[in-house]
Amino acid sequence: MTVSERPTEYRLLGGRIPYIEGPLKVSGRAEYTDDIKRPGMLVGRLLRSPWPHARIRSIDVAKARAMPGVFCVLTGEKYPTPFGVLPITHDETALAVGKTRYIGDIVAAVAATDEPTAERALAAIDVEVDVLPEYNDPKVGLEKVLEPIHARGLNGTNIQKEVVQHFGDVDAAFAQAAVQVRFRGNFAGVTHAFTEPLVTVAEATPDGRLTVWSATQVPHYLHRSLSEVLGLPMHRIRVIKPEVGGGFGGKSDPLPHEIVCAALALETGRPVKVLLDREDVFLTNHGRHPTQNEVRIAAAEDGRLLAYDIEAVIDGGAWSSFGTVTTYYNGVLAMGPYRIPNFRYRGRRVYTNKPPSGAMRAHGGTNIRYSVEVALDLLAEKLGVDPFDLRDRNALPAHSTTVNQFRITSTSFRQCLSAARERSEWNARFRKLPYGEGVGLGCGFYISGSNSPIHFTPKMPQTTVHLKVDMDGGIAVHSMQADIGQGSNTLLAAIVAEVVGVDLSRVHVVRVDSDVSPIDIGSYSSRVTFMMGNAARRAAEELRDQLIAGASQVSGYPVEQLEVGFERIQVRHRPDIAVSYLDALHRAMEKGGALLTSGAYNSPPIGGTFKGARAGTAPAYSFGAYVAHVRVDPETGVLTPIKIWAAFDCGRVLNRLAVEGQIEGSIHMGLGQFLGESMNYRGSRLLNPSLLEYKIPMPEQMPEIECLLVGEDDPEGPFGAKEAGEGPLIATLPALANAVYDAVGVRCSTLPVTPDRLLRLIDERAESGLTWKGG
Amino acid sequence: MSKPWSARVNGHPVTTACPDERILLDLLREDLNLTGTKRGCDLGTCGCCTVVIDGRATLSCLTLARLAEGRSITTIEGLTPSTGLNPVQQAFVDHGATQCGFCTPGFVVTACALLAEKPHPTRKEIELAVSGNLCRCTGYTKIIEAIETAARSPGSR
Repeated sequence: MTVSERPTEYRLLGGRIPYIEGPLKVSGRAEYTDDIKRPGMLVGRLLRSPWPHARIRSIDVAKARAMPGVFCVLTGEKYPTPFGVLPITHDETALAVGKTRYIGDIVAAVAATDEPTAERALAAIDVEVDVLPEYNDPKVGLEKVLEPIHARGLNGTNIQKEVVQHFGDVDAAFAQAAVQVRFRGNFAGVTHAFTEPLVTVAEATPDGRLTVWSATQVPHYLHRSLSEVLGLPMHRIRVIKPEVGGGFGGKSDPLPHEIVCAALALETGRPVKVLLDREDVFLTNHGRHPTQNEVRIAAAEDGRLLAYDIEAVIDGGAWSSFGTVTTYYNGVLAMGPYRIPNFRYRGRRVYTNKPPSGAMRAHGGTNIRYSVEVALDLLAEKLGVDPFDLRDRNALPAHSTTVNQFRITSTSFRQCLSAARERSEWNARFRKLPYGEGVGLGCGFYISGSNSPIHFTPKMPQTTVHLKVDMDGGIAVHSMQADIGQGSNTLLAAIVAEVVGVDLSRVHVVRVDSDVSPIDIGSYSSRVTFMMGNAARRAAEELRDQLIAGASQVSGYPVEQLEVGFERIQVRHRPDIAVSYLDALHRAMEKGGALLTSGAYNSPPIGGTFKGARAGTAPAYSFGAYVAHVRVDPETGVLTPIKIWAAFDCGRVLNRLAVEGQIEGSIHMGLGQFLGESMNYRGSRLLNPSLLEYKIPMPEQMPEIECLLVGEDDPEGPFGAKEAGEGPLIATLPALANAVYDAVGVRCSTLPVTPDRLLRLIDERAESGLTWKGG
Repeated sequence: MSKPWSARVNGHPVTTACPDERILLDLLREDLNLTGTKRGCDLGTCGCCTVVIDGRATLSCLTLARLAEGRSITTIEGLTPSTGLNPVQQAFVDHGATQCGFCTPGFVVTACALLAEKPHPTRKEIELAVSGNLCRCTGYTKIIEAIETAARSPGSR
């Protein structure tokens, strides 16, 4: 086919496309894992460790095993193979082997006919342990400890990963800087709080196969881990992803209960369901790491940024999870959206005896970008320049390379700045609102898909999409991409319908099923739109070309003169001459029956060759500039967000409804982390493992949100698109913090900014005799 | 000890065996296979399990089945027409008020109960009505918009 010129407007893409599962979801007909019932299904229950750190001496399961109705009692030795999401840090086991490492570690599991029987069996299990010293403060674990949590800790410490990077000459830059600022941030851990609890159903059948349905956002990693731990080849395991009730990163690791459920099914020969209650979901965690960071910034008199010097100590909890990536990201995701000529970072992620931390929306970027953006607000004040002007002066140019060799292609960051400034009437408001009211600017930068896939063989594509069309004209789309509510199924269908020129109702996205879905490595790192989108486009273009060839045979016009119309193939510039979609399809099918096409995407080679060079590389980056308008009651410390202007560059918008939805949801989550969400611990014990005590924002706490979508086409994104799933969270927090400063003149360094903390800051300022805007 | 239990469920008389300690959510999901009602927390904190009992939006995970005996229970299945969608459901689809969809049945049930009682609620009244329902995906923006739209639509319940 000849390359057709790129139209600037599309039939479907760019509009407001309602989610294709919407009718099923609003009627309660969408099937989630907990809705699955299998004949003879058993209830699987888990015994969790009440000890933060202990050596297991014995587990006596004899009484539990003897109980009527109990089919299986499982302990760690049966499936001791370690696993983990990153191939380089396999430090988890399905059930504890030898040691328990946090309150919540799975020690034993039971499959029984019903829940009361399973509970009685758990209560009958006797576990004897030697209690070990517990380590809850990551700073303690930086030094050599008596009893390291993992043997792999660095030199007898609890350090899981240390990253040291230096580009340029930071000390020289600070020596010649006209201005320096420093900011220290202290961030509580937060968790995903998806509404659907973690749940898995597994069934082993006499044909030697195992089927697993699970609430997962990365079916492929689950598939791989099941194979590794259970010792079954992957082709004998079938992983199915029903609808998933939210993930936000919390369903991206292969999780122990998933493997335990499958093991119970193998042991009993019966279907088994393991449904975690809400407390267990909190204990499984894998949420955002509690973090302490310090940012020093050097700048020239004219506001040019000269250097960043960053340190971070990151509380990893009991396991590695994504932690090696987290440790890199807490430094390198400070690399945009500004040009930083000199950069130094030291990050350490430390194991503690707490629930594991992992990937959560805007993974690795949220806390460091908070500290950088607040530090820039300090810098602007010190320099006496407007925060917008400071950022505009330092914006990374399009088609440039950062000092650590990130490849920047498209950026509409400057457009974000001007849209946010204009729409928020910044110039009329900044430092001009009455005491107690303020506006603040925060900016974001995030990867549009990791360029460094977690994969068996990195040379394989990151994603593949298959299309199948038979004579009925319906297009079945197969892909292991995981829609967890973000709308990727809808985008997949819309891309196919757009390219092939058919009605959206002709396209059906087949539920993820490893027996038929070609591999896509799942919903994380904001990769799906960019990568799956490109693969879908390629598969659809191949199908379109076959249809055009069929139409050419029917009409006698050469393929070069034909193009797709709506539900037809037509002659270019003569749309009155056309072959219907079905006529073209049926002719194209004469040779080999149903049409089958495939499209794949792998990210291009990018980045340097130094150790860790690939961390943070991406085929494209998103950018954002948010202004928050807040009110602070200086008598109570209560903070009310009034409005957020969210200017975001996700390249070309493909589904406006979904992009707005991602921005609004991201702001909700960012607002939660800023205002009040916190995993509260007493020692190693999580104090608030419920949605009552871990409070996510409610409807009346949400500010008005104005989405300003200003991105220009990305050269490599599908139809010019980039990510919008995680990046939109990042700017929320610093925009709020800087707005609080504008309102009452205090810097929020400890998150969450609860009313008591804010009130203390306001009082301290007043006591020191300083006034702010007359307050 | 299982004893017979009877109620009107989605307009039809239903009788089933039910132990005294049975929770309504379990009875609906496990015994009657009405899986549209979702189990999010079992603690009355998320609103995913909301059903209507005698006109009132009620958390089925905090309700003993015995307390609903002889009453009229409406679940999301009962609010869905045999063909198509009701105006609240249609507005949720059109506005993109569902993302992962797990909280959606609870929101739709709550909204239908609100509109049945108060056909023209203010935005504040809508926010208050759904303040017992948590959504982690949408930031509520499009949910509130959808309910406002449904309230304006002539066929809303």
